[in-house]
Amino acid sequence: MSLDDLYAALKQLSTAHGISGNESGVAARVIDLFSPLCDDVRTDSLGNVIAVKRGEQQGSEETRIRFMVAAHTDEIGFLVSGIHADGFLNIAPVGGIERSLLPAKEVWVHTLSGPLPGIIATKPPHLTTSEERQKLPRWDEFHVDVGLPPEQVKQVVRIGDMITLRGRCERLTDRRVAGKAIDDRAGVTAMYDMLRRLAALRHRVDVYAVATVQEEVGLRGAMTATFGVAPHVGVAVDVGFGHQPGVDKKRSRELGKGPIIARGANIHPQVFAGLEHTAIEMGIPHQFEVAAGDTGTDAWAMQVSRSGVPTGLLSIPITSMHSPVECVDLGDIASTGRLLASYASRLDPEEVRGWQHVFV
Amino acid sequence: MDALICALSNRLAPVGQEFALRDEIASLVQPYVDELRTDALGNLIALRRGKNSAQRLMLSAHMDEVGVMVTHIDDDGFIRFEPLGGIQPQTLLGQRLRFPNGLVGSVGVERLDQIKDLEMRRLYLDIGARDGDEARAKVRVGDTACFDQTAVVSGRRVIGKAMDNRAGCAVLIEALRRVSEPACDVYAVFSAQEEVGARGAGTAAYAVEPTMAVAIDVTPCGDTPKGETLAVRMGAGAAIKIKDRSLLAHPVVKDHLTRLADAASIPYQYEVLPYGGTDAGTIHLSRTGVPTGVISIPCRYLHTPSEMVDLDDLEAAVRLTIKLMETQLPTA
Amino acid sequence: MSLSELSQIPGVSGDEQAVRAFIAAAIREHVDRMWADSMGNLFAIKGEHLPGPRVMLCAHMDEVGLIVNHIGDDGTLGFAAVGGIDPRVLPGVWVQVGPDRIPGVIGTKPPHLKSSSEREKPIEMDSLYIDIGADSADEAKQRVHLGAYASFWTDFETFGDGCAKGKAFDDRVGCHVLIETLRQPVRHPVLAAFTVQEELGLRGAQVAAYTLKPDAALVLEGTTCADLPSVDGHGQSTRLGGGPALTVADRSAIAHPGLLRTLINAAESAGTPYQLKRTTFGGTDAGAIQTSEVGIPVAVVSVPCRYIHSPVSMLQLNDVQAAIQLVRAFLQAIPTEGDPPWMR
Repeated sequence: MSLDDLYAALKQLSTAHGISGNESGVAARVIDLFSPLCDDVRTDSLGNVIAVKRGEQQGSEETRIRFMVAAHTDEIGFLVSGIHADGFLNIAPVGGIERSLLPAKEVWVHTLSGPLPGIIATKPPHLTTSEERQKLPRWDEFHVDVGLPPEQVKQVVRIGDMITLRGRCERLTDRRVAGKAIDDRAGVTAMYDMLRRLAALRHRVDVYAVATVQEEVGLRGAMTATFGVAPHVGVAVDVGFGHQPGVDKKRSRELGKGPIIARGANIHPQVFAGLEHTAIEMGIPHQFEVAAGDTGTDAWAMQVSRSGVPTGLLSIPITSMHSPVECVDLGDIASTGRLLASYASRLDPEEVRGWQHVFV
Repeated sequence: MDALICALSNRLAPVGQEFALRDEIASLVQPYVDELRTDALGNLIALRRGKNSAQRLMLSAHMDEVGVMVTHIDDDGFIRFEPLGGIQPQTLLGQRLRFPNGLVGSVGVERLDQIKDLEMRRLYLDIGARDGDEARAKVRVGDTACFDQTAVVSGRRVIGKAMDNRAGCAVLIEALRRVSEPACDVYAVFSAQEEVGARGAGTAAYAVEPTMAVAIDVTPCGDTPKGETLAVRMGAGAAIKIKDRSLLAHPVVKDHLTRLADAASIPYQYEVLPYGGTDAGTIHLSRTGVPTGVISIPCRYLHTPSEMVDLDDLEAAVRLTIKLMETQLPTA
Repeated sequence: MSLSELSQIPGVSGDEQAVRAFIAAAIREHVDRMWADSMGNLFAIKGEHLPGPRVMLCAHMDEVGLIVNHIGDDGTLGFAAVGGIDPRVLPGVWVQVGPDRIPGVIGTKPPHLKSSSEREKPIEMDSLYIDIGADSADEAKQRVHLGAYASFWTDFETFGDGCAKGKAFDDRVGCHVLIETLRQPVRHPVLAAFTVQEELGLRGAQVAAYTLKPDAALVLEGTTCADLPSVDGHGQSTRLGGGPALTVADRSAIAHPGLLRTLINAAESAGTPYQLKRTTFGGTDAGAIQTSEVGIPVAVVSVPCRYIHSPVSMLQLNDVQAAIQLVRAFLQAIPTEGDPPWMR
């Protein structure tokens, strides 16, 4: 798939709106992208999109080997938590969003009668004291201004309406793209890339491409999706910290150098080895990271589903994570898709079966 | 309703020791349900059959209340304790605590140089024992105690030690009593161990495998002088939860509850809570996921001996719960 | 004695295979069948076809430790803690790195070169490194790979009045009690689970309980003990030499009241000393097991251990023997017919 195609898919996903718990708008675009490439696409009761591309293995549903790839659709954002008499909106965060990011950001307030543009209110510097400028306001001191008279606000806006960060998704260069919700729509795009490549590859295992919900609030979608799929091997695809000024190089990886393959307690040694060997043999650029315990990704939830799932993790490096200007390298997304597809096509059902029950 | 909620509040049901309350609730709901059972975590699970037995609606109200657990008895007979559930040391100052066997003690505090030195480990319970032997004859490490406060009705409001969540239990009991014929099988779960992480509701949900679930619990209010910035007001009706830290309410359930309330002119409000959690948090993650929401009852002074709820809010919650039982479930 | 060997095997969370291999060899001839799952939990079943309740006995194999996450240009190894470690216990400690058990030390800046304010402050984890004697990144990479685990290198010894010291008593002492239990004949099905990744959030036990689906579970632990002069009576948790500790409630679980009563009755009728744990801090595998599926009655039997989660912990061998006796008495108290005693 060309970088242009990849950019088109990423842009389509990045500009969809869906904070945790309200992902149906993103899910619809995922279904559009995945359906032509899969044998079956369904959503579960929390809203996870579960797409299956069957492999060449024989046998009934009980005996088939399932490989689950997961990337999350939800983005960080807010909910309307109150409506002031003067029409300003109180907001409550959903997901790990920093207060330092809020001043003067443009947002969409998604009401029953459509989205309203809004601005997160700030006092002008002329009117703030030097003391005020030294500290961050509390959450309940931030307000969204939708520019409507109070009576109209109360008619249109309801407590609980979703608020998303408003921003463009654009190419900075041929390879670099900046936008909102690159975390983890880049991962979803990589899954799409994988599915496109799998159309031309032979694979024995059934591949489940799962676009999960509610990752940012505690890996909730991955818990129920993994229980439902009951995979025999799984890989989560999320974003990782890219090098940028002010970030320790020990804790970040380079954009453009390929997906980051994780190892640590969350990662099954054979899955790590399989991903690494595939990358080396296929000449796919890749990097490594070590996670001491919780990877903070869907992989953490997948691993302990039912009787345990051998799990791996690929991270696509991005900068400015959890901001409206997350920046990603399209080549890294392509490398991730290629690594996933190659890995899936090499998975041997008998070997994977052997990981579940080890004779000692 | 006021008599029921006062009687329930006056019962002692420390986390993990909900037996006495469970027995009382079992006898109260017995006439209105088809099956009753308990499980390993101490939940009471009641089944009221409905028209469509292919669908299961789970309603969950937790029985347990915050309290303390005895951790040490010294040779002078003073008792040290640690919290079970979210209880603050300042709330315990000057309180009496009661054990399920009726024993009552007074909470004392070590000498503090300043009030900000107050910590749970500097409090103790004095049961009037003259020495360690007398105290140890009456109390053991691991025993649990709760606030000792009798519920009172004041105007249209009720004040008591365990409105969290006897208010929810009362709503569920009353709804079971008044419902005519549920549209589908209703599992009324009076759950255990909510205050330490909604543990009971999780195992109950796994057993019930509900089609849809709604927890009934209390929620804090934002209408007190210079209080928290919360939209929920006491007396403004039942609250339909949008979010707390454990749950983003399923849109289908939220919309369903909204439509039911609108259609029956039941007063309601929406609730966005930046913290906290309920049974819904563990229920909605059971197995492959359960569309789940919460009917909240506005409550002031949570986790103190003087929690307050409004009888009209309770009535709204009862009516909404009955409508929920009597209406066919929406498709998620 | 297997506790001595168990204690000295490296087995940081996520890297338990050496412990698993040792235990498998120790119990092989005493159990009906054995296997491991994809996370590395070791299961052993004994008396599978006997009547009576299926009781899960659980001890975790993993210990807190370190993982190499960076190899410096100067050949030093940067690391992150695996599990809850107070960085103050790390400076000047010996470790073994990777499967080849390469010796290393955790270096520390000489006090002479520290400013007076630096000397007053505890050391931060980020400033620490492992020195394996390599002079360059290339040399280090020939011996150690990124993601290698490092465990404390501490000899097991008996000392004092019936005491023993060593690393990883949390929870190799539980593994030891479970191994000794499996050496005895059983009267009903015993499902042993030696679990992984307890220190990372009870993760092995969560899937182990789902796999075994027991009727009840007993978790065997090495627990906190702070019976020190500087600690008030109500903060000590347990007393060394006071017998195995039974947990009423901690942050992860509340013991099933009936199961706890059964344990206390078993201890009292067998004349085995026991104590009730006096704090509610910390958690055990019981938390994950209790909430598995429809819920499982759980209880915890712990050997008091001082200085856990550090390079050297300490216990009383009498407490270990008493824990073995208590578990045996508990199993013998379960009738093979009718309701188990904890359901009454």
